Amino acid sequence: MLLGPSLAVSAVLFAIGTAGVLLRRNAIVIFMCIELMLNAVNLAFVAFAQQLGTNGQIIVFFVMAVAAAEAAVGLAIVLAVYRHKETVDLQHINLLKG
Amino acid sequence: MSLLLIVYWGFAGLAVVAAGMCITRRSPVASALWLIVTLFCLAVLFTLLDAPFIGVLQVLVYAGAIMVLFLFVIMLLNLGRAGAGDMKGLVGAGIAALLGVALLVQLRGLAQAAPPDAIQLPPGTVAALQQQQGVVGAIAAPLFETYLVPFEITSLLLLAAVVGAVVLAKRKL
Repeated sequence: MLLGPSLAVSAVLFAIGTAGVLLRRNAIVIFMCIELMLNAVNLAFVAFAQQLGTNGQIIVFFVMAVAAAEAAVGLAIVLAVYRHKETVDLQHINLLKG
Repeated sequence: MSLLLIVYWGFAGLAVVAAGMCITRRSPVASALWLIVTLFCLAVLFTLLDAPFIGVLQVLVYAGAIMVLFLFVIMLLNLGRAGAGDMKGLVGAGIAALLGVALLVQLRGLAQAAPPDAIQLPPGTVAALQQQQGVVGAIAAPLFETYLVPFEITSLLLLAAVVGAVVLAKRKL
């Protein structure tokens, strides 16, 4: 019954997350926007799980584990970059730019 | 309109508004706090969608652990007061909004998506299963039987993440 609305909310949140990634320059805020996109996908999984059985909820469990690992490693990279460049502004982190 | 739908749309609307605030606030701390609001609202939506255990995990893991990690790093690096350069200029904002809307238009078809009737369970099956096995049991049983190998691989992933975070963040090994 709530499948359609949930998928709509999920799509809106995912689009907002994408816009945030494109809009911001701060690496940490971009990370938060990626977490927002992961959560939007989780919402879609849970909505489908209501109609198709609990497997979708288990996938959400795995997504959360991957998100936690990603946050830990990603923030450690941000920390290391900050120590090197004294900034987290992606405009100034352009070592790989040709 | 039933009470369920009213509560659902209330929290869904709040989630979307908070997500919008999250990407438009200049201060990273404000962004993080608005994101926490979104995550709490999503926890409520999960509970309304017959997944109370996932809702609890959402609060514990996301709002509790991951966002604290974010706030900790923001404060460790002293980024609380962001300069004007955090946001891209008018052109960048326009491109971001345009691409966001384009993505939304593409995803619009998703809202009408419905799984084929052949694989759909009758309404209330998941709720009945949770009545029978308990909220945690309904997830734990398949997790430790059907999904045992992925579950163990997840523990390896977390171990790798822990080691990687220490190696990356430590000044001198």
